[in-house]
Amino acid sequence: MTVDVDPRTALSAASKVRLVDCDIHPIIRHKGDLKPYLSREWQGYHDTYGDFLVSPFATAHPYPKPTPALSRLDTWPPSGGPPGSDLAFMRDQHLDPHDIEFGVLQVLWPTAARHRNLGYGAALCRAINDWQKAEWLGREKRLRGSVMVTQEDPEAAVAEIARCARQGGFAQVMVVPRNIEPMGRRRYWPIFAAAEAHDITLGCHVGGLNGYAVTGGAGHCSFYAEEKDSNGFAMEAMLTSMIFEGVFEAFPKLRLVAIEAGLGWVPALGWRLDELWQRFRDELPAVRRPPSETLRERLWYTTQPADEPEDPKHLRDVFDWIGWDRICFASDYPHWDSDDPRYALPIAMSRAEHRAIFRDNALGVYRLS
Amino acid sequence: MASDAVSAGTGYPKAGVIDVDIHPAVPDMAALRPYLDAHWREQMTVRGVDGLESMLWKPSLPISARPDFRPAEGLPGARLDQVRRDALDPFGTALAICNPLWGVAVPFAEDMAMALCRAMNDWLAEEWLAPEPRLRGAIVVPPQSPDQAAAEIDRCARNPRFVSVLLPAMTEQPLGRRAHRPIMAAAERHGLPITIHAGGLYRHPPTATGWPSFHAEDHAAQANIFQSQLLSLVYEGVFVDHPSLKVVLLDAGLGWLPQFMWRATKTWRGLRAEVPWLKQNPADVMRSHVRLSIQPLQGPPDAEGMERLLAHLAADQMLLYATDWPHWRFEGEAAIPPQLPTRLLPALCRDNALETYPRLKETLA
Repeated sequence: MTVDVDPRTALSAASKVRLVDCDIHPIIRHKGDLKPYLSREWQGYHDTYGDFLVSPFATAHPYPKPTPALSRLDTWPPSGGPPGSDLAFMRDQHLDPHDIEFGVLQVLWPTAARHRNLGYGAALCRAINDWQKAEWLGREKRLRGSVMVTQEDPEAAVAEIARCARQGGFAQVMVVPRNIEPMGRRRYWPIFAAAEAHDITLGCHVGGLNGYAVTGGAGHCSFYAEEKDSNGFAMEAMLTSMIFEGVFEAFPKLRLVAIEAGLGWVPALGWRLDELWQRFRDELPAVRRPPSETLRERLWYTTQPADEPEDPKHLRDVFDWIGWDRICFASDYPHWDSDDPRYALPIAMSRAEHRAIFRDNALGVYRLS
Repeated sequence: MASDAVSAGTGYPKAGVIDVDIHPAVPDMAALRPYLDAHWREQMTVRGVDGLESMLWKPSLPISARPDFRPAEGLPGARLDQVRRDALDPFGTALAICNPLWGVAVPFAEDMAMALCRAMNDWLAEEWLAPEPRLRGAIVVPPQSPDQAAAEIDRCARNPRFVSVLLPAMTEQPLGRRAHRPIMAAAERHGLPITIHAGGLYRHPPTATGWPSFHAEDHAAQANIFQSQLLSLVYEGVFVDHPSLKVVLLDAGLGWLPQFMWRATKTWRGLRAEVPWLKQNPADVMRSHVRLSIQPLQGPPDAEGMERLLAHLAADQMLLYATDWPHWRFEGEAAIPPQLPTRLLPALCRDNALETYPRLKETLA
């Protein structure tokens, strides 16, 4: 396909298109913010025990990030909380200037999905979901929430999905790839069944802490620079598991968005799984068609961190392979590596392509209106 | 290579291809007994140690051997006459590098792993390299015992028919970590590339999401494990400290490479303060130091897509011909995937290997 559009012209013309941002990170100001949303029986636990993760540190991350709070230095609100904690500042700095029509909130911290104490994890999920509803969704109609669930307690997750779906305002159920077991395994299927039954999208944001080496079989790496890219590998492993276990056949209406893994890896994953499927057909009876077709037809992928080929036009090849109807813009605001929608994808795009990536694909997969 | 060295029509080098990845098989522990000392001979016998075939390459899996490469009795590749007949002759192979995958480097007990590695290296030299002039060998060592591994590299390197060091992709720690430096130094000292083959120690779940259900997932995970090994080697500064070292990925697939290099360079730009010794972007480091075999390809199935991928890669010198024999990767004699352009063949089948494995040149004459 030949597209004779100067990127700057395309952007300026397309700036009339409002934007959907699939990855905005809100955060509590401090631990006490959640206390009013916790049931009385968990309030004392929250104060005394609190986060109990698979981690050597009580609070620090085992791979220190390049900036405090993982965030851009200019995103600390003047009101004093951490980046992403002040709605008014988020409006001024992000939602208004980029003319964001809808933004999907992804809550990374506190990390309710990954708690070792499952009872507290479930209580914390309820608290975070109610906090999103009251402090964000109730105050800003452009924002949509993520239903936080305890992945290792699917029964509690299913109840929470039903509770939040009844309330409305939530665009997705949020999961992370790095569970205790690969996501396609049967123990997690009730979560997929609930998402499908409530017609709510499943959003998988990179991350999780399960104690396994983030590289998989290579062992524990040294640097955040390695850990950062390896989290994308975990997304590939998760999708491999879901495809090979037959999740997409068993749940034909399930929609899944892969978030903050970039997307340049998608074509190669399809080529690889197709080759292996040919050789392992007998082992994978649930897989009834080439895995690349499932990646092409059942998944959506967010752009950030945007792939940056040495020759920018090669990004068009990658988008051609993935499918322009599968790609959704995400900023990752306010994190240090967040993408600015004006500069993140420096390639020539037709108006239709631009509109699909920056708005329409996300409206469709998340059923936003 | 001069154009008159290439056959008209096929584009294959007239002097024969260099296959950097074939897998002769240790049939059983009895085959290594003559190469073990008295203590380890007794240990292997009284404890009944045998059956070190890798889980990743379990012999019964279809991927582990093409049906027509399976002999009536025993493991594929366990006999030299079979390798000559099925792995060398049909492909016009001038030289082939033997990468035995028996799990001699895997045991937790360091001395046991070393004893088994030494025995297998001697078995390879004696029973394969000595009688068959087309064969070359990789020195197999356990990465988790770096000092002993380096000593074994020094010992085996006296035989010029050993042309590389073979390490597993699945390790205790990523290969770039400082503990492994004696191995890198020994390889560089002798002009041997570090070759890394899919599979290995299984010290960790193959994926960061835990232990998968299917063999097919373990295989799918290998590409990401290789990527992690490359990030480790680059970021830890292995190529800064060992500027002439080359690393060859075997059985790693290829389709993932260009995008992975873009990603690594982007991440490095943002995070280079964490690795201040690394002055060159990871993509350029990899183009200089990393090579990959073309079986399996795991790339675009069509010629037009392949041309796009090669344009993204912008580094034809990274590609090495291999059959991955006897693994079931292709049918008949079509070891070169048909979507690869024929202009690549002279370099792919010969020149790139001679450049990557300096000892091949020395022993070719």
